[in-house]
Order: sequence, then structure tokens, then C-alpha cells
Amino acid sequence: MNLYRPYSPSVVLRELSRSFRGTMVLDRISLEIPHGQFVALLGESGSGKTTLLRALAGLDDDAETQGSFTKPDSTSVLFQDSRLLPWKTVIDNVTLGLRRPDARSAALDILGLVGLADKVDVWPSTLSGGQKQRASLARSLLREPELLLADEPFGALDALTRLRMQNLLLKLVERRRPTIILVTHDVDEALLLSDRILVLKDGGIAEDHLISLPHPRRSHQSEISTLRAKLLKSLGVEADTV
Amino acid sequence: MTDATNQDFKGSSTKHWDMAVRTAEPVWASKKTRLTPKRLPAGVRLLGPVLVLLAWEAASRLGYLSPATLAAPSTALKTGYEMFADGSLLPHLLASAGRAYAGLFLGIVAGVVLALLAGLTRSGEALIDGLVQVKRAVPTLALIPLVIIWLGIGEAMKIFLIFTAVLVPVYINTHAALRSIDIGHVELARALGLTRSEFVRHVALPGALPGFFVALRLAVALCWTALVVLELINTQTGIGYLMNRARDWGQTEIIVVGIIIYAVLGLVSDAIVRAIETRALSYRRALGS
Repeated sequence: MNLYRPYSPSVVLRELSRSFRGTMVLDRISLEIPHGQFVALLGESGSGKTTLLRALAGLDDDAETQGSFTKPDSTSVLFQDSRLLPWKTVIDNVTLGLRRPDARSAALDILGLVGLADKVDVWPSTLSGGQKQRASLARSLLREPELLLADEPFGALDALTRLRMQNLLLKLVERRRPTIILVTHDVDEALLLSDRILVLKDGGIAEDHLISLPHPRRSHQSEISTLRAKLLKSLGVEADTV
Repeated sequence: MTDATNQDFKGSSTKHWDMAVRTAEPVWASKKTRLTPKRLPAGVRLLGPVLVLLAWEAASRLGYLSPATLAAPSTALKTGYEMFADGSLLPHLLASAGRAYAGLFLGIVAGVVLALLAGLTRSGEALIDGLVQVKRAVPTLALIPLVIIWLGIGEAMKIFLIFTAVLVPVYINTHAALRSIDIGHVELARALGLTRSEFVRHVALPGALPGFFVALRLAVALCWTALVVLELINTQTGIGYLMNRARDWGQTEIIVVGIIIYAVLGLVSDAIVRAIETRALSYRRALGS
């Protein structure tokens, strides 16, 4: 974490509520996230974690919203499905909407970093699931966002690919350190990646844990395994069954 | 020596195994029900038309079909070739093609423009969609009397009616494709901060392209269909005129020539559209591989 920067939060939520046709999904959430913090949002299905992320991303216009939030202007969204346009080549997908003059060369650089140097000019339909998600990650990070909103980006990947993607994400954000909000179902993913874990329950923040361990982390570290058991329990799973 | 026998033994055992698989496979395959028919090899699709042509030719030669009822295909081909060779066919062919493609072109342009207006703007949808739906419910041929009063019985009337016939399917399909854009792509465009024109250019239009090509194939077939009827009305040129005159003279071979020309033009036009479609939508080809 950057200790030299004077404290000013990157994301602030003030009593943010959101409901869809009368059903309350987010219930007066207040939250401050410092610059560069990697926050994982855990919670059962329907707890409101994706709704919170989409609210910050400026999606879901049809929801009724009360309260307010502030966030950095440059925000990127990483969707669970890679959402590459099938009629654009990988590089055209990655540079889509970029108005920088050096967009193409910057895109080539980042595609190299995510290991897609040889897939620059192919159609997305020829990529594997992991490759698509790497292209999607490249598209998000090329915009050098101050805030990265990731909605279960690795949820649809197989276990090995997921591990590789998690490490890749950590490596890529190491230098610029954007604020990251990661929605995930995976307790281990949250423990491995984040500086802070929020557990959402019934539209509110039920738990808030800071993790100060450096990367790379190991699951047998005592702080990790204690927190893991606690998180699983609050998500309704007894730790000794896992 | 032992090595050699060993190898022999191995070799023969593999063979046995191979044979067992080979004999077992057909049994297994025949028990398994095929739910979808296998793909036809190229050209086999023509089997039906060729058989009909042969039966027709045979019936004519054997005297079951008199030339006064229906000319034999061979006679029609010969007549067609002679008309082509002496230059009497080409002016009619060009006249017909000119009308069909002028109407087709206008119909495609207007259909696409209207579909874009209706598909991408609320006021456009409010103004245009209802009108086109009304036009869709009215058969083109029912407009003929009115259009004759407005535009006379010349070329303008024919091109206008082909135009209105083509407009409807082009509009309907392109509009439907624009309205059914993947919501995920719309969200992506918002998340990436695309402007409206960038969204239209990079997301909406390419997304609607497959629907547009469906429209185009319908339109290409329809322009010739409309033409046939229209060329029966006061004209001195065109394939329809040739056929109509042949009817008066009882020349069934010329009528058959006309039918063949329409069929060939329809198939060739469709093949051209499909070729363009394959190129434009080449990103889809990768899906199957």
C-alpha cells in the first residue's frame, strides 16, 4: 500500500440504496475505499455485491437509487463474460473507444504482457475462455484506470486458468496500483488477492476485514486460514466440511 | 530371434485388435440413431431439379407432352440460344434487369435508412415503424391501380412498385436486428465510454449486419418476383413481355425460356449475395472450426 500519499479516499459511498421495482437490493451502504486498495466483495447470491459494482460502473439505469457515491473519472469494468465484439479482431477490441494516438502500440505492449502477442489479429471466436478473459483484462488495463471494477472475472474459468489469471492480475496492477473492487464467490480468491474483504448480506456490509500480508500468499499461513474459516462460516459453510 | 518373434507377436496382436474395432464399429454405429441428417456433398442438391428435367424431356420425346402444352427443355434451350445469338434476347434481358435492380437498389437504401432511423431513435420508431407495418399488410399488387394513376404505365410505375415491395423485408429484418442488440455489448459500450456515433459504428451496425443479409436475400428474390407481374402490363421490352407475347402466339418454348432466365437470375443473385455475406461475416466462419 502507498503510505506516502496523503489519505484521500478513492471511492466513497454515502447511504447508497438501490432497488429494482420495489425490491431493495442495496440498503443504505456507506463505505470509504482508499486509493490503491484491492477490495474483494464476498456474499451469497442475491446479497447485492454485483448490484453495488454495477452502480459504481454506471449501469442499471432502471433501478431506483438513493444516496450518493463518488469515484474516479477513469474507471474500467471487467465483466465475467469477456464481452469481446465478435466482429472485431483482438486488437480492435482492446483499443475500442480509445482516443490516444499511441493506442495501437500501447495495445500491442499490453497484449504481449497478457501473453496474446500471437493473437493480435485473430477473431475472438478462435480464442479459448482464458485467452478471451486475458484480452478483456488487456482492454480494461490499457485505459490505465484509477478504479477497476471486476465482476467475477475469473468465475467461468477452469481452476488452473483461474490461478494463472489471478497471478497475472496481481502482476499487471503492481506498478500503477489502481483501486480495485472485485466481486467474487471464491473465498480463496479473495484471500489470495485482496487487501480488504467485505462480506455483503441482505444489501448491507456485514463484515469488513483488512489483510496486511504481503504477496504471494499461501493458504496455510495462519492469518489466512483463520480468516478463511471465519468467512466461510459467515457465508453459511462450516470450515471443517471444506 | 526372440526379438523378432516378439515383434511378430506384437504386430499380430495389434492387427487383431484393429480388426475387432473395425468389426465392432458398424454394429455400434448402426444402433446409434442419427438425429440430424448428414451434410450433403456439394452439388447433390441439384439432384431433384435434374430428375424433373429428365422426366420432362422424356415425356416430351415420348409424345406425352405436346409442344402446344409445354415445350421440351431441349427445345427451349435451343430457342434460348438462338434468341441470344441473333441478339433478340439481350435487350429484353437488360430492360428487365435494369428495372429489377433499380427498384432493388432504391428499396435497399430506403429500407436501411428507415430501419436505422426507427431502430436507433425513439422519434424515428414512433413515426416510421407503424407506417411500414401498414405497408407490409397491403399487398404490393393491390397498389398497382393507384400507382398507375399516379405514375402512368411507364418505367417509373414499375420501378416504384419493385421499390415498395423490396423496402418492406429490408426494413423489417434490419430493424429487428438493430432492436435485438446484445445488452451485454450495450453495457460494454457504456463502460468504455463510447460516444453515440462510435456505438452505432462499432457495435450497432456490425451487430445488425447478419439481419441485413437475411433482408438482402429476401429482397433479391422479391425484386424478380414483382417484376414478372409488372412486365405483363403495357410494355414492349423485358422478359415478361416476351413471355406474354409468346402466349398470344402459342410459343411455349419461349415461355419456358423466360422461366429458365428468371430461375437462373434468381439463383445467381442469391449466390452473389451469399458470397458477399460470407466475406462480410467472415468472423463467424471461425465459430464452426
